[in-house]
Amino acid sequence: MSLLQIEGLTHNFGGLTAVDDFSLDLGDNDLVGLIGPNGAGKTTVFNIVCGLYKPSRGKILFNGTDLSGRRPHQITSLGIGRTFQNIRLWNELSVLDNLRIAHFSQIKYGIIDSFFLTKKLKEDEQEVTQEAYELLELFTLQDFAQELPRNLSYGVQRRVEICRALVIKPRLLLLDEPAAGMNQGEISALMDLVRWVREKFQVTVWLIEHQMRVIMGICERIKVIDFGRTIAEGTPQEIRSNPKVIEAYLGEEVA
Amino acid sequence: MKRNSKRLAIALLIGFIILITIVPSWLGIYNDYRQLILILIGINIILAVSLNLINGYMGEFSVGHAAFMGVGAYIASILSVYLVTESTVFGPARLPEGWSILVFPLVLIIGGIIAALFSLIVAIPSFRTRGDYLAIITLAANFIFKSLVENMDKIGGPRGFMGMGKVTRAMESTVDLPWVMLWTFIVALLTVYVVRNFVSSIFGKGIVAVRDDEIAAELMTVNTRRVKVVTFMLGCGLAGIAGGLHAHAIGYINPSSYFIMQSVNIMVMVYLGGMSSISGSVISAIGFTILLEFLRPLELYRWVVTPLLLILLMMFRPSGIMGSRELTDFFPALRKIFGTTDETFEEKLTHVSASD
Repeated sequence: MSLLQIEGLTHNFGGLTAVDDFSLDLGDNDLVGLIGPNGAGKTTVFNIVCGLYKPSRGKILFNGTDLSGRRPHQITSLGIGRTFQNIRLWNELSVLDNLRIAHFSQIKYGIIDSFFLTKKLKEDEQEVTQEAYELLELFTLQDFAQELPRNLSYGVQRRVEICRALVIKPRLLLLDEPAAGMNQGEISALMDLVRWVREKFQVTVWLIEHQMRVIMGICERIKVIDFGRTIAEGTPQEIRSNPKVIEAYLGEEVA
Repeated sequence: MKRNSKRLAIALLIGFIILITIVPSWLGIYNDYRQLILILIGINIILAVSLNLINGYMGEFSVGHAAFMGVGAYIASILSVYLVTESTVFGPARLPEGWSILVFPLVLIIGGIIAALFSLIVAIPSFRTRGDYLAIITLAANFIFKSLVENMDKIGGPRGFMGMGKVTRAMESTVDLPWVMLWTFIVALLTVYVVRNFVSSIFGKGIVAVRDDEIAAELMTVNTRRVKVVTFMLGCGLAGIAGGLHAHAIGYINPSSYFIMQSVNIMVMVYLGGMSSISGSVISAIGFTILLEFLRPLELYRWVVTPLLLILLMMFRPSGIMGSRELTDFFPALRKIFGTTDETFEEKLTHVSASD
């Protein structure tokens, strides 16, 4: 059974069709890319999957569960972690807290426990802190545990964001332009990181990216959309030579 | 060792409460006026800390905190007067005088619960959106509360409601202790304790995440609607308890005691102390109450000072006395006593890695 199944997804913003009849099947441990020119509707697809927008038409199944009508936090609690195009860490909270709060849906104690710091809460939270800390160590971010995200470099913030998404214990990781604003050296490191995360945490990775090096370098399958419509789908080699893709990116050839 | 210092701190705090409440009143040091000021300080601590939870930590903008205080005040007063005193409104007492000692804390809690439920009416429609809407709706709630009570003739309407003095006298004649002051300080201490615990738990930190970036919070599995409603109800419930204490301390309440002016005063205390700083709210509540008393000779002009203070504050120190820091940030030694376990645990983890 596939992990994520999207069928005939369509979304309109007023009169504009941002996503038109989008379908996709993601299996366990896949690494799939989604590309397209600016404004093609890539992030909109992610936002619909996470429940931020309600699709006009179409159906999304995650691990066999229909996602329609669920609120975003319920959807992500099922095991969907994501990062954002413009990094959205909580800048007023330490890196460690950023990770710990992502643990929200897995909290074992109740509201009353949080008023009186009961033993149950302490035990649960110590475990969460320990886990978050171990995750930071795995990413060699432990030195930044008490720092505020805004004081960190761009590349480190990206890594913290991926780290935070992993706290959810996701089966599907949505990365929205993880390489945006990075230099070539950082991009190489990021590609290694994404591959490593997929192996280590056994997640399916679905990423949006403009950097062709990343897309061609790590994705097994690529889907190309333009003006909300799917124009091509296939392996990196197939996409590279697809005339429709070239047209979308470079424009029509003048005869 | 840590455990011992915590126990010592709790014992010291309880001792301190006894020292400043019971002992002086036995010795006759407190006249009624001094006692009232002390009670008002305690009540203002509860109000400032509870509003700070909403306006500071959650980053919402509630401008009608006095309405919830008023709900608690009326509910607690009506119940206590109905149960333990003979009054023209409710007739003979339902319970013997001695019960008043038990009834008093009970009606305070009920007042707080009803205030929290009243806040739910405000919270549910406004939290679907964000920002200014809560300000408008809480303002409306304050007006609704005032007009509602003014039109209830049975409980005095605009003339107000009294008889709580009899309740406190009944308590004092049963066991001679300054009961209202005692409960005020206990509730104030509990408020600080509960709010501090709440905002240091992962659940409570969810509201800071919501303030910072609500969409990110929602997508990182935080049930944003739930944390917002719980936080708002906690803040308003505590204000309701403060209202019950206030009503019994003053002995007479009317709808305009819990109107915009009072709401503004609580807001001034919060902004003066610093957003999302519990110790800041405590310090400013103490300072503000005492300041207002010193300004009493100015009579009506006293109410010029409050807005002026706000203007000066915004000009010279927009973040308030403490900013978003706590006393423990300035005096790390205090952390041993007042810090949450969680902080010390984090420190331990960080130190372990530093020594690696």
